[in-house]
Amino acid sequence: MCLGIPGELVDTVDEQPDLAVVMVSGVRRKINVALLSDQDLRLGDWVLVHVGFALSKISEDEARAVLSFLSSLGTPYDDELNALRESNIG
Amino acid sequence: MRYVDEFRDADRARALASRIARLAEPGREYKFMEVCGGHTHTIYKHGLEDYLPENITLVHGPGCPVCVIPMGRVDDAIHIARQPGVLMTSFGDMMRVPGGNGSFFDSNARDTNIRMVYSPLDALAIARDRPELRVVFMAIGFETTAPSTAMTLLRAKAEGLRNFFVFANHVTIIPAIKAILDSPDLRLDGFLGPGHVSTVIGCRPYEFIARDYGKPVVVAGFEPLDILQSIYLLMLQLSQGRCAVENQYGRVVPWDGNPIALRAITQTMRLRPYFEWRGLGFITSSALRLREEFAAFDAEQVFELPGLRVADPKSCQCGEVLKGVLKPWECKVFGTACTPETPIGTCMVSPEGACAAYYNFGRFSRQRVREASRA
Repeated sequence: MCLGIPGELVDTVDEQPDLAVVMVSGVRRKINVALLSDQDLRLGDWVLVHVGFALSKISEDEARAVLSFLSSLGTPYDDELNALRESNIG
Repeated sequence: MRYVDEFRDADRARALASRIARLAEPGREYKFMEVCGGHTHTIYKHGLEDYLPENITLVHGPGCPVCVIPMGRVDDAIHIARQPGVLMTSFGDMMRVPGGNGSFFDSNARDTNIRMVYSPLDALAIARDRPELRVVFMAIGFETTAPSTAMTLLRAKAEGLRNFFVFANHVTIIPAIKAILDSPDLRLDGFLGPGHVSTVIGCRPYEFIARDYGKPVVVAGFEPLDILQSIYLLMLQLSQGRCAVENQYGRVVPWDGNPIALRAITQTMRLRPYFEWRGLGFITSSALRLREEFAAFDAEQVFELPGLRVADPKSCQCGEVLKGVLKPWECKVFGTACTPETPIGTCMVSPEGACAAYYNFGRFSRQRVREASRA
């Protein structure tokens, strides 16, 4: 819940500008990007995702560093990814 | 167990450690509090304390949102979950937190179906799909998760949903830091500011710590190097006789935070006059509840709650651990009656709780130090 996990914006969602599709460690899910609506987000950008919301835009280098760090955490990151897999935000 | 030497940039870590050591004046004791449980996790996991001179101590703060939920609120949530037609939803981290009569998992083994969700938006989606159910979301967390609850409430209102409710338990970090600064138990020399919370609130809210209490604050990232560099920045300020708020995690944390997130919180929630923090007691203006305009979504208004205060188990010393007065291993039940499998106190529940982090990683490091000192 407290982990911010990096996701790459890979798609938009028709008629729902608040939502976007991200790829997080091979998991593809919809998240809410409304908290970054002042950031001019584009496909290919990386964001830190907290409980289904993009909370900050980060560089690709930072995203890779965070992913490597999260992988080193083991169980907490696995739990978060498993929870994300179950997510069905619409 | 991984140490910094196994981590990337091990040379930079060692260089930072020696720069920190050079700034430490012999005979002076330094105590820094890392406010955030994520930092505590990194510190123990990577054995960072072994890289600091003996006169620098890291004190683990109250920034684990699961750890500060009082038992009475767990009981209230279970009471709501028992009402007819109710589906209670919660983050997974909350499921093992003990209440007066067991955790959500214990309750599910008896007569409830409290369901784990990844996001409040998942709870909202269930409410949308299942109009016959009253779906309640157990909202917990600091300012990192409060915007997600706020945005979900705004969405629920816009959609006109009548069967979605929030049981708000959001807490705010600044009053907890102030309570610790005002506590006579503890003398601190500076703070590692929480990374993700600051993404939302920015760095300005910490300025009172430097201005009114004369202590430096460095908002820190979560990797071992971030933490070592932040400790170096704290030591540098002290050695130069300065105290200010600095942002080590600028690659993620904007100085002014996230204005959209702050606005969403303000639109939907207001400060409670006081709130009980597990182990810390009642802290003034330290938690959020829903605004009147959202009363129809407020589980506290829609359901009748027992609202009973449940005292922590006598053997549990989470309060002293959360204030940093006791180290986890100094608690009487640590590692014996209280383990991650059978937690008595909340600090042992979350992987970010100081006791769980120490139980899982730190005790090996401590054994290693003890063995080294014997040799």
